[in-house]
Amino acid sequence: MAEQPGQLIACHYCDLLQREIPLNPGCIASCSRCGAVLYRNATDSVDRTLAFCLAAAVLFLVANAFPIFSIEVSGDRSQITLYGAVVSLWDQQMKTISVMVFVTAIVMPAVELVSMSLLLLSLKYHRVPPGYTLFMRTLQYVQPWGMVEVFMLGILVSLVKLTGSFKVIPGIALWSFGVLTMLLAAVASCFSTRDVWRRLERLVEGRGDR
Amino acid sequence: MSAPPKSAASYGLCSCHVCRLVSRRTDFSAPALCPRCGTLLHFRRPRSVTRCWALLIASFILYIPANTLTIMETGSLISYRRDTILSGIVHLWNTGSYLIAAVVFIASVTIPLLKLISLTLLLISVQRRSLWHPRERTRLYRMLELVGRWSMLDIYVVTLLAALVQLGNMAVVKAGPGAVAFGAVVVLTMFASMQFDPRLIWDPMQRKETHD
Repeated sequence: MAEQPGQLIACHYCDLLQREIPLNPGCIASCSRCGAVLYRNATDSVDRTLAFCLAAAVLFLVANAFPIFSIEVSGDRSQITLYGAVVSLWDQQMKTISVMVFVTAIVMPAVELVSMSLLLLSLKYHRVPPGYTLFMRTLQYVQPWGMVEVFMLGILVSLVKLTGSFKVIPGIALWSFGVLTMLLAAVASCFSTRDVWRRLERLVEGRGDR
Repeated sequence: MSAPPKSAASYGLCSCHVCRLVSRRTDFSAPALCPRCGTLLHFRRPRSVTRCWALLIASFILYIPANTLTIMETGSLISYRRDTILSGIVHLWNTGSYLIAAVVFIASVTIPLLKLISLTLLLISVQRRSLWHPRERTRLYRMLELVGRWSMLDIYVVTLLAALVQLGNMAVVKAGPGAVAFGAVVVLTMFASMQFDPRLIWDPMQRKETHD
């Protein structure tokens, strides 16, 4: 991909006006004044992100469909799924917490995965996705609120707390959340908004209208 | 360095916060839209300091019930406990789960405190138009953005335990009112740090350089 030389860029942390320079693959350009990352040259960013994103979407479904773990006390058995936990908290009149968990662990990651997959799939097939600005804006607002990795740590802490008093049996979703955490980290490190905008711009210009 | 570095705003250039395109704003009477993605353009986040203070003060107030009220009640045939955040950590430590106790301590005590104190510091320094270590203050802000979410840890733990341990008389775990307050602190401080505009840290330097 040929870099447009000397395009202006402003650092989002200190507003220093700078010119873009071409980067070798895998390199990072950082602000010369405050050191924040300006942009990356991510190799095959669209293909790679799409691959990780689709894999993450499958695992997200698995992680939500199966129980995370179950406990056993003298024949009594209790197991939960993520959604089951949300419903249970709602029934226990802890509605605020229930909503908080529902939004950060289910809704936000789902919205992120769906909108990112749709966006990247249409880019892959050289189509301008309808309403792409909405997708990009959604992604930006959603990203800080998807907390799958924190939830994963929460699962681990709960496991340790439970093993003291109960026999704990790990479920399929426990492993799925583990892998999902890694895949989402891979998505975050491959995705490059700059690349996406550049591709979108070229596609829109090629189409000759907006 | 030959010429002093200049901010985009001092050239009348504005960078879009969604697509990062740098564009020139000419007409200041009407709101401007980004030519590439149509987002409303701002040189700086509007009323950033005021909004950040409001959210931060709310978090300070809620921080008190978050730490004093019960976050989790654990009952079984032989024992009954009410735990606040701190007593829960102490209990973990005393029962020998040192690593987990340390992790929960960092996520539920250190990070929220760090966020509250650092945001206060950042806001005061910005309002005083301080020239003190701008690079380090920016780095502090970037760190806040990165670690803030991890405070949700306790909320997830309480949720999982309260949902799972419902075994009638044998064992019951319930979430307490402290959890609601704590969750609110996490969410409010996240909103507060999103409202803060780190470019304000650098603006006083700009003024100085352009006037000198």
